[in-house]
Amino acid sequence: MTQVPALRLSKIVKSYGQLTVMHGVDLEISEGEFVVFVGPSGCGKSTLLRLIAGLDDPSSGEIEVAGKRVNGIPASERGLSMVFQSYALYPHMTVRANLSFGLENMRMDRAEIARRVNHAATLLQIDPLMDRRPGQLSGGQRQRVAIGRAIVREPKIFLFDEPLSNLDAELRVQMRVEISALHAELGNTMIYVTHDQVEAMTMADRIVVLRAGRIEQVGRPLDLYNHPANRFVAGFIGAPQMNFLGGVIAAGGGLTLDCGGTKQVRFDEAVPAGARVTVGIRPETIEVSLDGQGELTGTVTGFEQLGSVTYIYTALPNGEKLTMQLAAQVPLTRGQSIGITLPLAHTHVFLDADGRALRMAGGHR
Amino acid sequence: MAGVMRFLTRTAGGQDGRRIGVTDVLAYGYLILGVLLILVPVSWTFLSSVKPREAIEAFDTRLLPLDQIEAEVDGRGLRPLYAWDDPRTEGQPVVKVGPTRALTDVARIDRPEEVLQAPRGELVALEEVRIATENYLDPILQRGGQRNFAFFRYLGNTVFVTVVATLITLLINSMAAFALSKYEFRGRMTFTLLIVATLLIPSTIILVSLFFVVWSMGIFGSLWGVIIPAAATPTGVFLLRQYMLTIPDELLEAARMDAASEWKIYWRIVLPLSLPALSVLAILSVIWRWNDFLWPLIVLISDPTRHTLQIGLTAFSGEFSSSTHYILAMTVVSLIPVTLVFVYLQRFITTGIATTGLK
Repeated sequence: MTQVPALRLSKIVKSYGQLTVMHGVDLEISEGEFVVFVGPSGCGKSTLLRLIAGLDDPSSGEIEVAGKRVNGIPASERGLSMVFQSYALYPHMTVRANLSFGLENMRMDRAEIARRVNHAATLLQIDPLMDRRPGQLSGGQRQRVAIGRAIVREPKIFLFDEPLSNLDAELRVQMRVEISALHAELGNTMIYVTHDQVEAMTMADRIVVLRAGRIEQVGRPLDLYNHPANRFVAGFIGAPQMNFLGGVIAAGGGLTLDCGGTKQVRFDEAVPAGARVTVGIRPETIEVSLDGQGELTGTVTGFEQLGSVTYIYTALPNGEKLTMQLAAQVPLTRGQSIGITLPLAHTHVFLDADGRALRMAGGHR
Repeated sequence: MAGVMRFLTRTAGGQDGRRIGVTDVLAYGYLILGVLLILVPVSWTFLSSVKPREAIEAFDTRLLPLDQIEAEVDGRGLRPLYAWDDPRTEGQPVVKVGPTRALTDVARIDRPEEVLQAPRGELVALEEVRIATENYLDPILQRGGQRNFAFFRYLGNTVFVTVVATLITLLINSMAAFALSKYEFRGRMTFTLLIVATLLIPSTIILVSLFFVVWSMGIFGSLWGVIIPAAATPTGVFLLRQYMLTIPDELLEAARMDAASEWKIYWRIVLPLSLPALSVLAILSVIWRWNDFLWPLIVLISDPTRHTLQIGLTAFSGEFSSSTHYILAMTVVSLIPVTLVFVYLQRFITTGIATTGLK
């Protein structure tokens, strides 16, 4: 069964004068999906969202919502609603007026407006606040009102532009859960922009990693985590960050690490000997031996004991740094030498020339 | 009351530090100077406006409105009274019964037929404090021969000009400011600078050309000839534009997502949020239009039924004499509405800051 995608972007280019910020983005989002656009600041994720919303027009390329081309159609007629980073609540209106403003503009029946507003208020538990103004609300309450304003329009797609970045850490976790629950309840398509990869990992059905106006990789959170397509995605997804060690492809297969030691790996493709590569290893896959047994020896430069996990920061003899994550509590002292073993199974190899991941033969891929 | 006193006696040291330092002396000195600069002319005008005509014309600079006591003297009518320290008066006031000379003929009020000779320098005017309400009531009620000053008609004209001109000013200036602050278009900055640059041109320079424009539009001699040319002000456009720049664009985008038309965005979002700046402009516009003299004089001079208060005041200045007491009294009356408008609108200037909806 071929379903019409909720949103289809093809060859989206956006330029401001001489400066091109989107370089031909293609993307399809299915009905009911929760998609997160993630990337560092300036990667174009907010620009892309604004293009979808209709607040900006692409320089070229097509935008389709539910199979209908919407280029040039005003934002209000695309059937989308957006939650802004600053919430953008109308400060001179009560919460109720904020929620109903858009519906009134669409000349909707009064009873229907009241029904939708009350429904959203109940859903978001903001009914006691309906007659207050945004200035009298806390950050979390404003956030709910902003989401409520998006809900009452019953849009085809919800757009969220970094909605949690103004909240404190505790509230952010709570709202994250609530937005996910809301998605489960409403079942609408949602596009969520964030620079926080934790939000992306926890909320998304699919993650779109963007960098400098290009899509780096699209995939389910764990696919991105386990099989990053390139060094950028590998470094961006996951906390603490993946470790990167320099290396060279040895003649006759295998690779030599700059910090000493060789790895017997074979690739699906022909890789010229002597090519510079970067080896990526997740912090939690590294084996640590406190009595110094291992293929490498590192000096502990720092550590963090969080109880359930321990982060160990070490320096290798050649100056490269390695972070390790242990799911246990271990006794450590600064300056201590520990043995390190890099597991072959969880190693990623990226070609330095273009940063892409090399497929490993018989590996985990 | 205690709060007001605490506010008025605040020092740089804060609440607990009651010490008065150099900063406090300088700050209070400067503020008191400012208060005096503004208050003294107004108070002087008010105090003078309740003085009797004679006191005004004699350049009586005493603060209190002192009027010479008059009394009915048999066969001589109402006469001003004098005190003369002489045994023959037996403490009775006297009135002059002849022209004032070195030795003036005076008579006691209880014996008017008995003429005495008093040295001019020894006669002291007998005075009492009297509020000269006639300064106000004569022109307003058209008593005392003040038929040329149609107070209520002038007031009506002035109110009409002020209210209509202010409303139009607020409307079109805010529309221009909205476009200049929230829309991206080629030449936006050029237009803004052009509008602001017109501040450099004194209004007297364009008087003649403005006259021809108003004449050719057929509104010369009507109140609209005063209202229309004054409606667009560079100050207003600039003031509102700078304020609207501080309204976040995200609010407008949210409204666009909410299917609001551009007019609705202007009317329901931008205007209410610009209330503080609009109040400032409203105050300025009311003061400008209310006190406007030169341009209304040119446009409306030929038709006395269309005069504004400020033109009307010139009726008291004749070629040979000026009724300064009436001018002062009517000036005070004309100050009252502007003051009330200011008191009412100044609250809005501060409230806008408190009602921010963004984080």
